[in-house]
Amino acid sequence: MALLEYEALSISLPGTARPVLDGIDLTVRAGEVVALVGESGSGKSVTARAALGLFPAGATVGGRVRVEGTDLVGADAAELRTVRTGTASMIFQDPRAGINPVRRIGDFLTEPLRLVHRWSRERANARALELLAAVGLPDPVRHLRQFPHELSGGMLQRVMIAGALTVEPRLLLCDEPTTALDVSTQAEIMAVLGRLQRERDLGLLLITHDIDLAAAACDRIYVMYAGRIVETATTAELFAAPRHPYTAGLLGSTPPLTAPEGPPARLIPIPGAPMGLLDSAPGCAFAARCRFAAPGLCDQSPPPLELHGTALVACHRADELVDAQPNTLMREDS
Amino acid sequence: MTTPGAPEARTLLQVSGLRKTYRSGASELVAVDDLSFTLTAGGALGIVGESGSGKTTTARMLIGLERPDAGQILVQGEPLAATVRGKAARLARAKAVQIVFQDPYLSLDGRISIGATLDGVLRLHGHRDPAARAARSRELLAQVGLGERESASLPRKLSGGQRQRAAIARALAVEPAVLVLDEAVSALDVSVQAQVLNLLTDIRRSTGIGLVFVSHDLAVVRYVCDEALVLYRGRTMEHRPVADLLNSPGHPYTQLLLASVPRPGWDPDSISSRRRELAGPR
Amino acid sequence: MSAQIAGLTAAPGARLRALGGDWLQRLCLLFLVVFVLVAAFAPWLAPQDPTFGDLGAGLVGPGAGHLLGTDQGGHDTFSALLEGSRTSLVGPLAVVLFSTATGIAVGLFSAWRGGWTDTVLGRLLDVLFAFPALLVAILAVAVFGKGMTAPVIAMSIAYMPYTARLVRGLALQEQARPYVAAYQVQGHSGLFIAVRRLLPNIGPTVLAQSTVNFGYALLDLAALSFLGLGVQPPTPDWGAMINQSQDAVLQGQPLSAIVPAVAVVLVVVAFNVVGENLGDRLAGRDS
Repeated sequence: MALLEYEALSISLPGTARPVLDGIDLTVRAGEVVALVGESGSGKSVTARAALGLFPAGATVGGRVRVEGTDLVGADAAELRTVRTGTASMIFQDPRAGINPVRRIGDFLTEPLRLVHRWSRERANARALELLAAVGLPDPVRHLRQFPHELSGGMLQRVMIAGALTVEPRLLLCDEPTTALDVSTQAEIMAVLGRLQRERDLGLLLITHDIDLAAAACDRIYVMYAGRIVETATTAELFAAPRHPYTAGLLGSTPPLTAPEGPPARLIPIPGAPMGLLDSAPGCAFAARCRFAAPGLCDQSPPPLELHGTALVACHRADELVDAQPNTLMREDS
Repeated sequence: MTTPGAPEARTLLQVSGLRKTYRSGASELVAVDDLSFTLTAGGALGIVGESGSGKTTTARMLIGLERPDAGQILVQGEPLAATVRGKAARLARAKAVQIVFQDPYLSLDGRISIGATLDGVLRLHGHRDPAARAARSRELLAQVGLGERESASLPRKLSGGQRQRAAIARALAVEPAVLVLDEAVSALDVSVQAQVLNLLTDIRRSTGIGLVFVSHDLAVVRYVCDEALVLYRGRTMEHRPVADLLNSPGHPYTQLLLASVPRPGWDPDSISSRRRELAGPR
Repeated sequence: MSAQIAGLTAAPGARLRALGGDWLQRLCLLFLVVFVLVAAFAPWLAPQDPTFGDLGAGLVGPGAGHLLGTDQGGHDTFSALLEGSRTSLVGPLAVVLFSTATGIAVGLFSAWRGGWTDTVLGRLLDVLFAFPALLVAILAVAVFGKGMTAPVIAMSIAYMPYTARLVRGLALQEQARPYVAAYQVQGHSGLFIAVRRLLPNIGPTVLAQSTVNFGYALLDLAALSFLGLGVQPPTPDWGAMINQSQDAVLQGQPLSAIVPAVAVVLVVVAFNVVGENLGDRLAGRDS
């Protein structure tokens, strides 16, 4: 049984032209680090929240989201509470938005234990100290008495990680956990997350817009576009031979850090902008921005997610584009 | 736009000994300390740093929104006035340096269409004839890849990338010698960011404008700039051609920044220990 | 992305309230339109001359001759109600126009100049806040005499700090946005940016506040008239009508007092609903 399993999850909101999520299939096994990569409007955050049974207000939800076998679509309050206070935890982009600014760090960390799990204050405090040390904060005893504004963004994000771990979850959902932080702080937070994940054998789903961060931290990557998963593969495979033109476009849009002397090779951007919720397409949602879109094929029906090699790809032309000539997607003159 | 650049590399911007401190009560924070650099016509300088490095303060001093405590900013040999009195002085300063801000959602006036915004800038800067202004507006919009539809639109009808293009057009309308970009692509989606980066490269080539590109993103700086200046807590750590800097970073802080950029085979554990060595607890 | 977040955070109750608000908003708006029209055409609409007291027909009940009866002095209550709407419209309107105009000027100037200008103006406004509007108006009446002019001027001054403080806060918030910095960098003058660019962006919110203020000003002016310090008889006025009906109330004939009182309450509530709804709507559009 997978730790987290999405099965054809679809979410629609009234007043939008396309579903927010359209048939998401995604699996995270125990001890596995998986990334979900997408741009704004791709639905990656909605997907992550669904793993805690948080669905947009007024949404029509179809399909399944199972956390250790419990289906959260249509789950009752008791089942949701079990998942949220025991099995799964979530870390968000802005640590300051997730903590009450007038309460001490200690209260933030111990309250769930004392109020939900009925622990004694001493036991909860001991656990909080242990967790603050585990996330690498230098002075746990002092931090427990501090207020959120006394800590930097990076330190506060560690407190949030400690908070997510108080209930000893087996699944950690990280929604852009380092986007608001400096690059060197990002590295520290990812180091802490990586260490805790290995030590505790956590299943980790990293939601990010940064495909390089996903590659650096994760075993497997799902790429989302306009509410659908367009490609999933192991990190090595995805970078060596992206099979979906969107994945290739994302990689081609990122300037290389090290390159030979002289002016760098020109980037090959994806034209246009990500598809909003007020737009829809009868066929492949990416067709309007795709260099390889074929009229009469890509604009007819949405491509199914199919196995190509060891990757799953949702592209009508995946066969001819990649399997025939690996890496053509990355070159401009193809 | 007419090419202001002469054939040989003409100095556009000369910054020397720039310093800015902020006082709150008894404590004093040195935001920028002894910053010096020059920028030639058609050149692009990256100012790289993390939060608290002083890079945004530097940008604000270059556009005259902050007053340096010491040091000098020369634009085409003329000192950038610390205070401006009167319309002529205001317009002269506007022609020296323009800026594109980070947030495409807040940097345009929500009540005014893109076309009207450009028209307002052109009118302010002495373009009297409405027909000529309209033609120039179209030209500027075409230069940043926008058309009639975007010209007639209010900012909220446009995507983040389109708004940032409009902000670039608005800055170019003044025909400044130097364009400051303060994290101008970091709020954009990756696929859109690449479009704007290519646009900036094209503009630089076709106009000879000087770019000061303020960013935390080394890869993006590598793509846009010739030289990079690394700031850490207000001080210049390193200032070299950008390819050199990235291939053989000299200062430990530059090395840390470079190692911090995620990539396959990345080792965040070693980065955090190096960071602690460098900074100590902050 | 924003659409998703809005979907995630909007509680189902909010949607219901918005619907209810829409219905109530329309009713109140309609009522205010009627109020303004009545005030404009009162002399032609009033069936009788409300200043004419038919001493032989005091405290007549509602009927064919007098739609809402008469007061103790034999004045037709319905006609007085219609003509009294004029002072109830003109007085608060003057207060709101004057206090909003000066409040905008003071608030914008304070925010734009910043520094010690802002500090000094802030303290002055604090001092003005300390005086209740009604008290200032009573004081003005004591000095300048009864009538409409002195209370209106006094209340305009007393209401000004509310607008000034609102405008200052909004302007500071707006100034922090980079589009204002962009205008500065383009070379526009401070006056142009503050008045032509910043003000229109905060104007709608100020308008909403002024609409609410209208209701309060109406209430304060009616109170003054009731105390006999405002509009003087025989000019018809709702506050004065209540005042003149006190004896009738004691005699168990409260209709001539109830009618103007209900009118005051309805108009004040309508202005509040319209103003707050306007504010909510504009706040919703911004985000």
